Amino acid sequence: MSIISRSLIVFTGFIIFWQIIVSVFQLPDYILPTPWAVLIALKTNAHLILQQSIPTLTETIIGLILGILIGSLAALSMVFVRSISFWMLPLLIISQAIPTFAIAPLLVIWFGYGLASKIITTIIMLFFPITSAFFDGLRQTDQHLLDLAKTMNAKKWRIFMFIRIPAALPHLASGIRVATVIAPIGAIVGEWVGASRGLGFLMLNANARMQIDLMFAVLVTIIIFSLILFFLVDKLLKWLITW
Amino acid sequence: MTTKAPSIFVHNAFLSYEKVVLFEKLNLHLLAGKWTCLLGPSGVGKTTLLRMIAGLMNSPTEVFKAGITCDTLFPLSTQIAYHAQQDSLLPWLNSLDNALLGSRLRGENSAKALIQAKNLFQSVGLVDSIKKYPRQLSGGMKQRVALIRTLLENKPVILMDEPFSALDTITRFQLQTLSAQLLRNRTVLWVTHDPMEALRLADEIYILAGKPAILKKIISLNTPAPRDPGDRQLIEHQITIFKALTKAKALY
Repeated sequence: MSIISRSLIVFTGFIIFWQIIVSVFQLPDYILPTPWAVLIALKTNAHLILQQSIPTLTETIIGLILGILIGSLAALSMVFVRSISFWMLPLLIISQAIPTFAIAPLLVIWFGYGLASKIITTIIMLFFPITSAFFDGLRQTDQHLLDLAKTMNAKKWRIFMFIRIPAALPHLASGIRVATVIAPIGAIVGEWVGASRGLGFLMLNANARMQIDLMFAVLVTIIIFSLILFFLVDKLLKWLITW
Repeated sequence: MTTKAPSIFVHNAFLSYEKVVLFEKLNLHLLAGKWTCLLGPSGVGKTTLLRMIAGLMNSPTEVFKAGITCDTLFPLSTQIAYHAQQDSLLPWLNSLDNALLGSRLRGENSAKALIQAKNLFQSVGLVDSIKKYPRQLSGGMKQRVALIRTLLENKPVILMDEPFSALDTITRFQLQTLSAQLLRNRTVLWVTHDPMEALRLADEIYILAGKPAILKKIISLNTPAPRDPGDRQLIEHQITIFKALTKAKALY
C-alpha cells in the first residue's frame, strides 16, 4: 500500500472519529466544531488564510534554510576545531534547555514585530537537531576509509572534504528531516508571541473571538503545508543523497 | 612504479592486546620485489603486523613496538600502498573516481593517472563500469576497482590484508591471477587464510602461530606466479601447510 493511500485511510478514519465524538457528546461549535464546519470555514476564509499563509511560509522556509546553514557550520567547526566543540557544546545544550516560548517575547523586543524575530525563533528551534545529527555523522566516519586515506598521504582538510563530509551527509539529511517538521512550529510560535500577520496571528485572533471553526481551519492549513514541505524536502534529499 | 622495490626489515616486534602478549622478539625480512604470504589462525596478530608496517594506528588496548626499516633512501611511509579486507569504495563516487581517490586526496590533477586508470580498467575487464557506482557492482567487480586504486598509487611496496576473502572461489581465483600479473616485481606482504592462495602467489610463505606467536618460514617457491592449483608440488605443499595450521590451531 502506498504512503498516499495509507495517509488517506488514516485521515478518513480520523475525520469519522472526530464526527462521532461531536455527535455523541453533543459538543457546541465553540468547544469542538464538526469537520464539516471546519471545511466550510476553510472555504469561506480561503482568501484570508492564503493571504496570511505568505508571511508564515516565508518565515518557515527562510528559517529552515538559515537553520540548516548555521547548524551545519556549527557541526563542521566543532569537528574541525576541537576547542570549539569543547566550548560550544554547553552553549548548544543551554540553547535547547531554555524553552523557546520563554525567550520568544524577548526576541520580539529585540528584533521587532516583523519577519526577523520569527525567523530567529525558527532557527533556535531547529538548528540543534541539525548540528547534533551532522556532528555525530562527522565523528563516525568508517575507520577503514580513514586508514586508506592515511596510507595515501592525504592532507587532513582533503580527507574532510572528500571523505568525512560526504560520509556524514546521510546523517545531516535525517537532521534536516526533523528540522523540516519543526520549522513551521517555530514560525507559528514566533507569531503567537507578537505579530500583526501570519497564520499564528490569525489562529490567536480567531481563538480570542471564539471562531473555533476558523482556528481549526488554520490548523488544518498548517498541517497541509507541513506535510507538503516535508514531502518536498524528503524527495529532494533522497534525490541528492543516494548512499 | 617510481622507485625500485625495497627490502623491508621488521626487527624485534612486540605486540600485546589487553595486556596479553601475542608475540615478542619477532623478526621478519620481506625480500625486495618478492611476495611474502603470511598465514595463521585468527587473532594471532597478522593484521596488526601488516597495519604497523603501513604506519596505521591501532586500538588503544593494543601495544605494538618494532623497528621497521627498509633498504632504500626514501621513508617507508611514502613507498606503501595498503589494500584492506574491505573494498573501502566510497559510495558517492563512481568506479573511475574511486580508483583515482589517491590523486584526488593528494590534490594531484594528473592526466597521466587518468590514462593509466583507463588502461587498468581495460585490463581488468571493467571498461563498461567506469561510470557505475559501487552499489551497481558485484563483490568481485568492487575488489577489482579497489585493486586498480591500489595500483594507481604506483608504490613499490604493497600490503594486502585478506583482500579477496569475501569472494567466491572462482572470482577469487581470477583476481589472484590478475594480481600476480599486475603486481609483479613489487615487494608484497599478503595476509591470507587460504593456503592455496598463498601457494599460487607467494615466493615465501610464513606461518604465524602459537602463544606467544612464533613466525616460521614454511615454504619457499621459485616458480613464477600465478601457479596452477593442479600442480602436484603445490598440492603436496598444501598438505604441509594444512598440517602446520592444524597444529597451530591445536596450540590455542
